[in-house]
Formats: sequence, structure tokens, C-alpha cells
Amino acid sequence: MKLLPHVPRTSIGKSWPLWLAPLAFLGLFYFYPLASILQISLARSQAGFMAPFIEALTSPSILRVLRFTVWQATLSTLLTLIFGLPGAFLLARYQFRGKSLLLALTGISFVLPTLVVAAAFNAILGPRGWVNLILMSLFDLGQPPIQFVNTFTAIITAHVFYNTTIVLRIVGDFWSHLDPRLTQAAQSLGANRWQTLIYVTLPLLLPAITTAALLIFIFNFTSFGVVLVLGGPRFATLEVEIYNQTISLFNLPLAAALAFLQLTFTLALTIAYTRLSNRLARPLSLRPRRYVQRQLTSWRGRLLAATYLGLLLGLLTLPLIALVSRSFISVESRAEPASIFNIRLTLDYYRELHINRRDSLFFVPPTTAIGVSMGYALTTVILGLSLGLPAAWALANDSDSPMSRAFDPLLMLPLGTSAVTLGLGFIVALDHPPMDWRASPLLTPLAHTLVAFPFVVRSLTPALRSIRPRLRQAAAVLGASPIQVARHIDLPLIGRALLVAATFAFTISLGEFGATALVARPEYPTIPVMIYRFLSQPGALNYGQALALSAILALFTALAMLAIERFRIADIGEF
Amino acid sequence: MNKRILNKILITSIMLAMLLSAACAPQAAPEATAAQTAAPQATTPGGETPAAPRTLKVMTHDSFAISEAVLAQFEAQYNVKVQFLKSGDTGTALNKAILSRNNPLADVFYGVDNTFLSRALDEDIFEAYTSPLLAEIPQEFRLDAQNRALPVDYGDVCLNYDRKYFDEKGLTPPESLKDLLKPEYKGLLVVENPATSSPGLAFLLATIGVFGEEGYLDYWKGLVANDLLVVNDWETAYYTEFSGSSGKGPRPIVVSYNSSPAFEVIYAETPMEEPPTAAVVAENTCFRQIEFVGILKGTQNRNLAEKWVDFMLSTPFQEDMPLQMFVFPVNPQAKLDEAFVKFLSIPTQTAQVAPEQIAARREQWLKDWTEAVLR
Repeated sequence: MKLLPHVPRTSIGKSWPLWLAPLAFLGLFYFYPLASILQISLARSQAGFMAPFIEALTSPSILRVLRFTVWQATLSTLLTLIFGLPGAFLLARYQFRGKSLLLALTGISFVLPTLVVAAAFNAILGPRGWVNLILMSLFDLGQPPIQFVNTFTAIITAHVFYNTTIVLRIVGDFWSHLDPRLTQAAQSLGANRWQTLIYVTLPLLLPAITTAALLIFIFNFTSFGVVLVLGGPRFATLEVEIYNQTISLFNLPLAAALAFLQLTFTLALTIAYTRLSNRLARPLSLRPRRYVQRQLTSWRGRLLAATYLGLLLGLLTLPLIALVSRSFISVESRAEPASIFNIRLTLDYYRELHINRRDSLFFVPPTTAIGVSMGYALTTVILGLSLGLPAAWALANDSDSPMSRAFDPLLMLPLGTSAVTLGLGFIVALDHPPMDWRASPLLTPLAHTLVAFPFVVRSLTPALRSIRPRLRQAAAVLGASPIQVARHIDLPLIGRALLVAATFAFTISLGEFGATALVARPEYPTIPVMIYRFLSQPGALNYGQALALSAILALFTALAMLAIERFRIADIGEF
Repeated sequence: MNKRILNKILITSIMLAMLLSAACAPQAAPEATAAQTAAPQATTPGGETPAAPRTLKVMTHDSFAISEAVLAQFEAQYNVKVQFLKSGDTGTALNKAILSRNNPLADVFYGVDNTFLSRALDEDIFEAYTSPLLAEIPQEFRLDAQNRALPVDYGDVCLNYDRKYFDEKGLTPPESLKDLLKPEYKGLLVVENPATSSPGLAFLLATIGVFGEEGYLDYWKGLVANDLLVVNDWETAYYTEFSGSSGKGPRPIVVSYNSSPAFEVIYAETPMEEPPTAAVVAENTCFRQIEFVGILKGTQNRNLAEKWVDFMLSTPFQEDMPLQMFVFPVNPQAKLDEAFVKFLSIPTQTAQVAPEQIAARREQWLKDWTEAVLR
């Protein structure tokens, strides 16, 4: 008789071979570089190994940074969840036109470089933004009434802007497959809508919600660009402080201690999460979407949905619209005092992208940058899925084995690691043949995979966990080999989750601005790298080209996400 | 039907993107292997004309640029392929060079400036090289007496202002740092955080040069009282807050470079006669950043590295530099492009802080400044 795929509590578990590839990857490209740089940095401390840790934990300014980091991350995560959950509900339970377009649009915000997002927010809420200009002319004010840039609100808003798509995707996807008969049963037993939501739906959704919350929290916890650019100099997260200590003050031991602190925090949080999620997860019978989704019928429902979607689109796409429209508009101020600004439509910025005006060696046409970005993104998807799937599988089917218990929390660590620290880690660790990869273009997709990996694992595990073991057992009893079980039972059931995972890997790679962390080969810039190149020089054409490239990045992201949506080969619907 | 067409369009566009990326990928491999196989050959000193070109690796910061033709000259002359490694902003790139010094990433490092020079010299990453071309370069640029770091270019960090704003208000632009404390300039100035931005640090040094260690913090407190705005990066200061740029922000005075107005003309959308901005170059208002090149310790290509350093100090490169990187040649024999000279004002007297003092006090100043201005 064949072994049952679901393994009872045994010593090491039978899923250990699944861990080989993911652990080898993490060991080589994460733990080894990280350990090397931490060791080298701490060894530079003249007062001994422990001194930087003591300094970090006793300095009032560092403790202030730590408190602020936790506080802003908590608040951002809560607000993102509150803002995103109704959207997840709408996307999960209702059919309406333009849904995949909506989902694709909400995903664009996830990939845009911070400087561009800051510019976009500024076009709306900045001192000369639309909102302030309208308010000033309406109420005849001399000063802009809304102060947005360099405020705490700006940080939180940007975090919600960036991360809402995580809630929509992770929770929305899980929700869309929840068996509606459970809530129907509750309602026929006399529960009202709110009771059903609170006592039935939310508990069932908890695994997905906690997963999304954890990912968002860690993203916010290590927030760098948003805090630096939109928050301004009065705010600093640990990540910003690590950068300051490393680059500006060259205090490597203290930077290492801070990086270690950040890691410890991430690890503690993940361990708590793992404990919790093991308790929360329960096998559910997931249903194909078409049994789950309804049309919006009542006008009240439609109105509510429309209002909410208006808000969602407002926050997530207004900055985008500001950005794209600005890339087609030329604003020139003339020297004569009479005229204010000359505004006209133009394609100059897009044309200029193809001109190497200064005969520069590092000129790269936008098509090349798009190709490089896409190539890195696809590599990240392939690497991320092929490493993440076995790990998620082992976690879901063998969660009690010591291997799973030990490695589960470690998988999240790359997200909680300071990019500056890890970038320097690559320099000191991967420096001898056959692995002198410090300046290799391969390092970029590898680094992207490190960030994408936790997302892949986390989007797959809830779906894998919810597969009833009995289905597999039945298949096995009927004579299916483990591979056949995987192909015919698991794969169709997790098809959606696989797409979600692939989307995350793809978008993370597209938006990741790795140039500061890695040694870049200027011949192969990604689109974000090019955008920063333009933005770092004065001149209307440079500014315009940065905006034009951002619009191109947004377009390609939307296209790619629409395409991924359509690869619904293995939806539960076919099962 | 419609969906199918959309599907096809989507899939074709993705395929196209994949093709594009595939087209770029093959170039990566041969170059990387060429670099490895060429390395051992490079140790044979002064080989007449080896068949395969040797590789010289130059590590630099993200703003480095050079024109194709000028580089081609060098590559042809020495039968060498130059590979550039861009490693982030100046501080990041320097840290990478320091951390890889046991097994250097490159043969030459270019781009450390006078605010970071002490870090590079203390960490001892450079080999001394007294280039014959140093004789042509004025003493004021040669900050390292042992010639481990050789000056290549300089640029001045100065106040920039929006000409239109000052014309319309009938206001005269500030002529000294002290002017910025006057009530008529209240709420007009935006500067960068010296802890996160290189022009920000340069401007802090300018104030220390003018008001001294005992006076600069009071000056900054005065600026704060006069409604100073501090942002973290040059991009935000220039494009978001400064009214003279195409970002059209609210503040008409910004800390930028004296070359920025020329940039505005050269990168204008429609040709313009005069830049929309101007730099203040009055005495003791600017800080001069000097950038250096050095041969990295442990290079296997000392010979070629020397040639590269010579090349950077020679007129072809020095004349190419201004329009590529918008910095100025240290070699007085290099002629500046006319388009550039026309819109350019160079300060006669910049604020001075001794390099040894920067080395010793840099971190403390940053801490004190942060406490005084941001808290």
C-alpha cells in the first residue's frame, strides 16, 4: 500500500527533501552574506563585540527611532487592513465589469519608485498641488492650507497606497474561494449579516488576514524610501538609521547592531505569527469562484460598492493619473512677469528617451531598460516559484515536523533585513571564484528573489493548508502516486494562489530599486534605475523623461498583471 | 472574441518584452567571461600588443558619465576594455571599496570627494601614484600630499534662485549667507539634510567655513527661525520644493550646484536664451567639492590603472567631463565648451574648511546639526 501523503507526527518528517533547494538558496545568498557583513562590521568595534549592542539599546535617540518604527508600522498596517478588507470582500464575492482591470490598476502602486510616488502625491497634495490650489482660490487663501510633504500623514498615506494591493490579493483570493454555504447556513440559523461576518466569515479568513498583516507590517517596519522622501528629515525608521550609520557616519558596528535588532524583531514577530497561524488554519472546502460570486443587485449595495471603489481608486490611481498626465504636459515659465505658466501637450519627453544627446556611453534606450526589467522579473518569477513552492508545500503538509517548525520563521527574514547591510554583505561574501558574483548582472534577480520568496511562500501556504487531507488520501487509496496526487489534486486547488504568488514575484522585481544595495553594471539598468538617473539631474527634459519612464513602467506593470490574470489555467473551476 | 484578441495582444507584448530581454542577455555572458580570462594576461607588464584586449575595471558612483568617442580613444590606444562598476552614491560606493579591499572589485576608484576623502585615506584603500600630469594641476586641488588620491574635477555647491520670482517681487537675490536671515527671505529657502545628501553636507560645511565652529549652530537656528525647510534629498529639494525647476515648487531659493542653471538651458524642452534660474556665487557663499581618483590597493593591473589615471587628468577627458557630468576640469589646459561657459558663473572665493578639520569633526558636526535643527 502506498504511503499517505499526509504524514503524522514523526521524527524529521518525510518532506525534508523539499527543503533542500530553498535552504541552499537562502544559505548561500542570504545567511552567508549577512553573517559575513555582521561579523566584519562588529569586529571593527574598538570597544568589543557587545559595545555596539549596548549603545543601540541605551541611546535615547536610537530607542526613539525604534519606538517610532514600531508605531508607524502598526498604524500603517491597521489602516491598510481597514482600507483593503472591504475591497477584498467586493472582489471576492461580486462579479462586476472591469474587475481584473481594477485589480491590475491597484497593483501598479506596488511597483512605483518612491521618488516618483512622492512627485505624484505632490502634484495633488503638495504646496502647489491641485487640492491646495483649488482650496486657495475657493477661500482666497494666501498660503496652501494642506501641509502634506514632511508629515506623519504622508508616511502613513504612502504606506496604505503601496500595500493595499497585498490585502486585495491575499485576502481577496482566499475569500473568493470560501464556501458560501457556511455563511448561508449561519444565516438560515438566524444570524444577521454582521453576526455572520464576525462569527463565521472573519474567523475563517483569519489565516489570510494575519498573513497579509504580517507581510505589510514587515514592509512598513523596514520602510526606507517613503520615510526618507515623504516623511522628511524629522522621521527615521531603523532602516533609515542603519543607512545613516553606515553611509553618512561610517559607524559600521552600530549599523550592524541595529540591523541585528531589526532582524530579531522580525524573527520574534514571525515566530508569533507561525504559532498563531498553525492554530488558525483549518481545512476548508474551497469552492470554485463561479459558485461563490454573485452580481450586485440592490441599488443600496451598488451605491455602497461604488462609493468604496471610488475611494479606493481615488487613493490608488489619482497619483498615477497625475503622474501620467504630467508626462504629456509641458509647463514652462516665461521670463516676462505677465504670463504665469505656458501649458501645452507634448510627446517630447517620450521622444527624448530615444535620443543620446550627449553621446554618452551609458545611454540606454527605454526598450532596453524595459527588456532588462522584464528579464529580471521573469527570472524572479521562475526562481521564486521553484524555490517557494517546495517550501510552502513542506510547511503546509508537514507543519509539525521539526524541519518545518525550525525553518518556517526563518523564511520571512529576508524581508526584515536592511538592504544596505545585505548589499554590503554580498560584497564581502561572494568574492571568490567560482562565486565572485559581486559585479554579476545575475545578482539582481537573485536579490529580487530574496524579497519575493517570503511573498511566494506566504501566498501559497494558506491555500495548500486548506486542502483537505482526505482528498489526497482518497486519491492515494485509489492508486495515485504522490506526483499524480500533486498534479491532479493540489495543483488545481492552488492554481489561483500560484498566480497571486507569481504576480507578487513579478511586481516586486519590477519595482525593486536595487542599485544602491548592489554593484550595478551601467549597461543593464532597470526602469527604476533609469528613472533615478534622470531625476538626479536638473533640467525640464530630465524631469519629464523620469515621468515618461514612470508612465511606461506603470503601463507595463498593468499589462503584465492583466496577462497573469488571464493565465487562469488551473482555477478550481476546472476541478 | 474580444477577450481572445485582448489575450493575444497581451501575450504578444509579453513575448516581445521577453525577446527584448533575451536580446540583451547574451551580451552579459561573454563580457563576464572575458573579464575573467583576461585578468591573468594583464599581469604581463607592458606586453607589446596582446591579441585579446585586457580589461580594466573602474569603480565609481552613479553620476559618472563619459562620451563614447573619448572612451574609445583610450580603449584603442591601450588595447583595453574598460568596465565600469556603478556602486551607488559617493558614500555607498566608497564603503563598498573599503569593505572589498582584501580582494578589490576594481583596479581604480573614481569619485571620492573632499568630504569623504579622509575616510578613504584612513582606510588606506589607495596605492600612491605620482602621475606626470599632476604637474599641470594647481596646488589648491591637490589635497593628498602622498598622491594616493589625485584630483580630477570640482564643482561648487551654491544657492540657486528662481529668477522670475525675484524679478516679479523686485527683490534682490541674497549676496551672502548672512542675508538669508533677513525677513525678506523668510520662508524662501529649502536645503538638503547634510546627513543624507552630499550638497546638503557641502552647504553645512560652507556655513562652518563662514561662521566657524562656534557660530554655525546659531546661524542655523536663525535660519530655522526664518522658516527654513529641510528635506532629505536633492531631488525633493530641487524638483518638489524649488520654484525654478520644472517641478514648480513653492520655494524660490535652493541649495544646488553652480552648474544647475546651465543644465536648465541644455535640458530645456524648447531652446531658451537664458536659464530660468541662477546661482549665487558671491564671496564665501559656496562650498567647493573636489573629486578624486585613486588606484585601488591590490590591483593586478597597476600599469593600466596608471594609464587610466593619466587619461582622466589629460585634456580629452577633462574637456569631455563638463558636458557629461557637469563638473569642472582641474586641469587648466582643458577648454570649456562655449554653451557651458555662457551660462556659468564660477565663484572666486568659496568658503573654506581645512580637510583635516573635516576629517576630525565631520561626524560630530552632523550630530550637533541634527540636534539643533531637526529636533
